[in-house]
Amino acid sequence: MTDHTIEKGIEWEYAPSVQGAEMVSIASTYGLFIDGAFVDPTDGEMFPTINPATEEQLSSVAAAGVADIDLAVKAARSAFENVWGPMKPAERAKYLYRIARLLQERAREFAILETLDGGKPIKESRDIDIPLVAAYFFYYAGWADKLDYAFPGIDPKPIGVAGQIIPWNFPMLMLAWKIAPALAAGNTVVLKPAETTPLTALLFAQLCAEAGLPDGVVNIVTGDGRTGAAIVEHPDIDKIAFTGSTGVGKAIRRAIAGTGKKLTLELGGKGAHIVFDDAPLDQAVEGVINGIFFNQGHVCCAGSRLLVQESIRDQLLDKLRSRLDTLRVGNPLDKNTDVGAINSAAQLQRIEALVASGRDAGVEMFQSSCDLPTKGFWYAPTVFTDVSQSHRIAQEEIFGPVLATMTFRTPDEAIEKANNTPYGLSAGVWTTKGSRILWMADRLRAGVVWANTFNKFDPTSPFGGYKESGFGREGGRHGLLPYLEGPWS
Amino acid sequence: MLTQPATTQSLRTLVRSVPTVDEVAAKERVAALGKRSIKKESKLSALRMVISMMDLTTLEGKDTPGKVRQLCSKGMRPDPTRQDLPTVAAICVYPAHIATARAALGDSGVKVASVATYFPSGQVSLEVKVDDVREAVKAGADEIDMVIDRGAFLAGDYLKVFEEILAVRAACGDAHLKVILETGELGTLDNVRRASAIAMAGGAHFIKTSTGKVSPAATLPVTLVMLEAIREHHAATGEMIGMKPAGGIRTAKDSIKYLVLLSETLGSAWMSNEWFRFGASSLLNDVLMQIRWLETGRYQSPDYFTKD
Repeated sequence: MTDHTIEKGIEWEYAPSVQGAEMVSIASTYGLFIDGAFVDPTDGEMFPTINPATEEQLSSVAAAGVADIDLAVKAARSAFENVWGPMKPAERAKYLYRIARLLQERAREFAILETLDGGKPIKESRDIDIPLVAAYFFYYAGWADKLDYAFPGIDPKPIGVAGQIIPWNFPMLMLAWKIAPALAAGNTVVLKPAETTPLTALLFAQLCAEAGLPDGVVNIVTGDGRTGAAIVEHPDIDKIAFTGSTGVGKAIRRAIAGTGKKLTLELGGKGAHIVFDDAPLDQAVEGVINGIFFNQGHVCCAGSRLLVQESIRDQLLDKLRSRLDTLRVGNPLDKNTDVGAINSAAQLQRIEALVASGRDAGVEMFQSSCDLPTKGFWYAPTVFTDVSQSHRIAQEEIFGPVLATMTFRTPDEAIEKANNTPYGLSAGVWTTKGSRILWMADRLRAGVVWANTFNKFDPTSPFGGYKESGFGREGGRHGLLPYLEGPWS
Repeated sequence: MLTQPATTQSLRTLVRSVPTVDEVAAKERVAALGKRSIKKESKLSALRMVISMMDLTTLEGKDTPGKVRQLCSKGMRPDPTRQDLPTVAAICVYPAHIATARAALGDSGVKVASVATYFPSGQVSLEVKVDDVREAVKAGADEIDMVIDRGAFLAGDYLKVFEEILAVRAACGDAHLKVILETGELGTLDNVRRASAIAMAGGAHFIKTSTGKVSPAATLPVTLVMLEAIREHHAATGEMIGMKPAGGIRTAKDSIKYLVLLSETLGSAWMSNEWFRFGASSLLNDVLMQIRWLETGRYQSPDYFTKD
């Protein structure tokens, strides 16, 4: 007898589809990558790096001290003067192309390791982070022998040794944004990955060695803020490039004042995501979700303030509320996970403290109904409704999956509120009206303005901030400028 | 919502109240959902659902009673070697073959769906369309798949489109009405969303993408936009409307992508053949092949699956 039952209203669950991690081999300890080889730190200090989704230790890495940084800078200086600086630009390009190709070949390995060490969903590290990393290396490889065309009649020259300090939210992508243009312009680098996410940078160091990159051109030194300070204060470094918090950025600027070191800073943000009443609403909801929950909201250019036209406030919040419940929060290695783990216990505490400040101020909120794993660091996607400009959650960068919603009545008011923060990194506009997009983009004081989309990155497009979001641009032809001597220096 | 009786003005107001669609972002959403990894038991339960949601279709000039009977036999027992698979939801035929299908399906529970209203072009007067529907219902059709007047829609005569749907719905009696938008002729996702709103206001039980006679037929972006229109209608009225992508869905893998869209847009309440159908003629065997692969770990030759 055939089964005639009509299967009504089935609760269809996705079975776990976990990316295996077998292809990644993680050493129990890692030294510092200086002058083309892994070496032990001079004072032997090590620190653990953990998987934030499980709190299990993945490895132990070296904490570079002042003496180690000195060795790294000497190696970089020697490579700059003897090998990389004098090398024909077309030859430098070959190395960069080779690195880009190797990154593509080993993309899955890098993606898995990025997810293990940082907690971001594998679908993001696999489909966004690592493909972009390769794309940035390909893009800047192309510029290496065309600098005279990028800046005609100027004969631009490399600066020398760059000290680069990057954050934990996009470990490999930030490494690519720093190293690719520096090397293409003929500089050598000493790069410090973030304390909580050192492993992919160390895998990249191995890849540089495999690519036959001359010793000392890329040096990777792990450690915490003290290591970063040692880089900033080293007298033989010509340029500092920093991506991270505004507080640390200010400290760096004070530290190098009067030294002649060049500086670019890519700091925090409190991006406004502006939705007009004529917006394509269902797509705008997806944009808002992507804007704040991409990478758990650990995004300096996140759309963390939703400015919605008052006439569609209820409708948009209803849609957001039901969409929040379909976000899949959990095991970052599961291919169906949308929101992964918070990067560290410290960051989780910061998020919790800022959310508490919002609740204490009496602001209404709703959260995703998802179940959170018991081990590891997790935070349910959260939306505050009816936030005022004067609330801390409207002013301070939360750097987590927390959205602050405000309303506006007119385009002028939207501009006023969007610009009314110490930051100026990103903004987004959703409207069907093309002329309004241009009108808004003219007035928004933000380094990036996205129209009817959000969180889109491309190697050809410059990225950077206004005001306390920093200065200098990364990406595009503009991204070469901070690494070249020219009339702008 | 629509004021009664409808006027040219009220239809324009309805159409203008429909949110616009950003095509780039809609396609991006579809691409993101297309990467959902559906494995093991969730894949098996999806494939069983796909069979149970299928309107197994033959709409050819060369259709004969023999062909229709064979299709009915396949629909009632998709895989002759096993009894644990669901039947398809319906057999979809031209009006001339309703009686044959009705007799062949007996009390199997499989419905008879018939296209009507001078499918696929619909380029006749309303009277002729309504007669076509009445005859189909009289001949025993449980479900009527009508086409909208795309010409009128594109000319901005939304009232004509609406009134035809209203008239056809009245002629359907107890039969369920699926309204085919023929999205391949509408040109933009904005138009798809507007036509969906008109069809639902006119009394459609289901909205359906395509006749299968125009390329492109069903696509994932079009289906997403129609599902979003259904969601909006449900939020405003509390009324559930069904969805039927039809034409061009040939692989089990594709069909699962449609289920992902459905599940993540409308949720589990819509996950049954009461609210979702696939209009397909060649999808079934690929689904059967994938089920056997899931269960045995081996692909079998197409010769082991009946061609009807």
